[in-house]
Amino acid sequence: MSLRHDQAGQPPPPAGGIRLSLSRRPLGSLYSGNVRAVVGRGLKATWGSNWAVMASGFVEPVLYLIAMGIGLGSLVGTVEGPGGTEISYIAYIAPALLAVSAMNGAVYDSTWNVFFKLNFAKLYQGMLNTSLGPLDVALGEITLALLRGALYATGFTAVMGLMGLLTTPWALLMIPASVLIAFGFASFGMGITSFMKTFQQMDWINFIMLPMFLFSATFYPLSVYPEPIQWLVQAMPLWHGVELLRQISAGAFTAATGIHVLYYVVMIGLGLVLTTGRLRSLFLK
Amino acid sequence: MSHATVPKQLTKTVISARKLVKKYGDFAAVDGISFDVPAGESFGLLGPNGAGKSTTMRMIGGVSQRTSGELSIMGLDPERNGPEVRAHLGVVPQQDNLDDEIRVRDNLIVYGRYFGLPYSYLRHKADELLEFAQLTDKAKARVDSLSGGMKRRLTIARSLINEPKILLLDEPTTGLDPQARHILWDRLFRLKEQGVTLVLTTHYMDEAEQLCDRLIVVDKGRIMAEGSPASLIQEYSTREVLELRFGSQRNSTVAGQLEGIGERLETLPDRVLIYANDGEAALEQVRHRGLHPVTSLVRRSSLEDVFLRLTGRSLVD
Repeated sequence: MSLRHDQAGQPPPPAGGIRLSLSRRPLGSLYSGNVRAVVGRGLKATWGSNWAVMASGFVEPVLYLIAMGIGLGSLVGTVEGPGGTEISYIAYIAPALLAVSAMNGAVYDSTWNVFFKLNFAKLYQGMLNTSLGPLDVALGEITLALLRGALYATGFTAVMGLMGLLTTPWALLMIPASVLIAFGFASFGMGITSFMKTFQQMDWINFIMLPMFLFSATFYPLSVYPEPIQWLVQAMPLWHGVELLRQISAGAFTAATGIHVLYYVVMIGLGLVLTTGRLRSLFLK
Repeated sequence: MSHATVPKQLTKTVISARKLVKKYGDFAAVDGISFDVPAGESFGLLGPNGAGKSTTMRMIGGVSQRTSGELSIMGLDPERNGPEVRAHLGVVPQQDNLDDEIRVRDNLIVYGRYFGLPYSYLRHKADELLEFAQLTDKAKARVDSLSGGMKRRLTIARSLINEPKILLLDEPTTGLDPQARHILWDRLFRLKEQGVTLVLTTHYMDEAEQLCDRLIVVDKGRIMAEGSPASLIQEYSTREVLELRFGSQRNSTVAGQLEGIGERLETLPDRVLIYANDGEAALEQVRHRGLHPVTSLVRRSSLEDVFLRLTGRSLVD
């Protein structure tokens, strides 16, 4: 058998074509424009093995919605929603839980998952021995996190619809908005994970996530806090996500909507710069 | 009347390194090494652990930035054109980093996708490489069910998916049993016959003698010697070596009485080595001096003798 000669008559494809297109790219050593391959690998690996993890990510926020919304909601009754209308408690917390689930999914994918691949599976070392650059790898992994996030968001929104919590067509915009939120957390999470060397350090991530989940106006309005605490909460990314989805769910848009979106756009930009820089210094040292 | 023009260079240089330096802080892992590798050659880097072999390999692959010096792979700088240079390279790392979340055959196809190759090409190529690696009946197996030798062969098959012009092998047979090593050597030799340039690091001298046309001996980041295995043995050792054992108590006391026999004498705790072009004649001289070793052995000089002479016998960690 021969490696040099292709019996099927296909031309040996790699070198020539890649060479021409690459040398014109400005990010020559970082990016080869092949995010697709990383995503393709991720899908293959996920469909092969990680079904249970996938399912639990969907079920968890639904359980919260039922426990808090129906259970606690029966004690609370109605609350003032965005735009000043009275809404049921479950309708109040549903978009917040969607934002939390977008955050959790993205953080899981971009931290634990990446931590394992980085330190144990040595997956990225293998990838970076090919034509792929660190930016291809980062964008590919983030895209996977977003695909999963979009899937969860769609499922959760469908559950909201079944429970009669969707009152305006605007609410469907919660799906792309969830992806935006996930993008913000995923792009940052991967960069932060690159600093982590031990499991103990990884636990710090949970230490930050849990209070953010509990206190970002998820279950009650921001106004219950004294002013300094309000400022602190408003500086946190999750609060912007919660507020953004809450406004969208009611179709009640204000100038603040733009600020929430902008917060995430900036977060994504900074996160990508951080992650790419870190991957570069980790693998191309 | 015109003269036929002589081809400028029959063998093109594919790797060219000039005064390559890699420092980590104050420590120089690679300290000014220069070499050229012509196309189709099998080129070895020999050296003890920590000599700078793997670092050199990583710089060739563009996954390590050099501190100074020049490096050109097929005319390109791997630092500036990383993805493009790696499109011509196959890399077999020291530790297998196969993707164990996907199956054996998918490992080849997915890896080919990283090079941007189309599925139509990869499906055919993957089957061809599975056959080459003698893994056809393992195509659908899980990676973690493979033996060490199978994993190594799969890693090599994977590195060939883009039909590389240069194959970088970092200690390709470390940790394998003799059978697996011989199968691997056979596969690597076939690649060499097909014109693939092989660059390999090893600290197995028999491996270097089997596979390398030419090699450099590296120690502490510097080149200690360069040449073909045969020429290195000729230059740094004698044709034969006489190994004498007088018992560990007596070796050093007897050594004094052996002066003048052969070209060089080396006293080790367990034996005395006499480097001579004719080992039997040297042994005759030893007996003639009334010395009777417990055991004696005449053998051909090997690359190992060269290696130990150049890099010393003491353990450096």
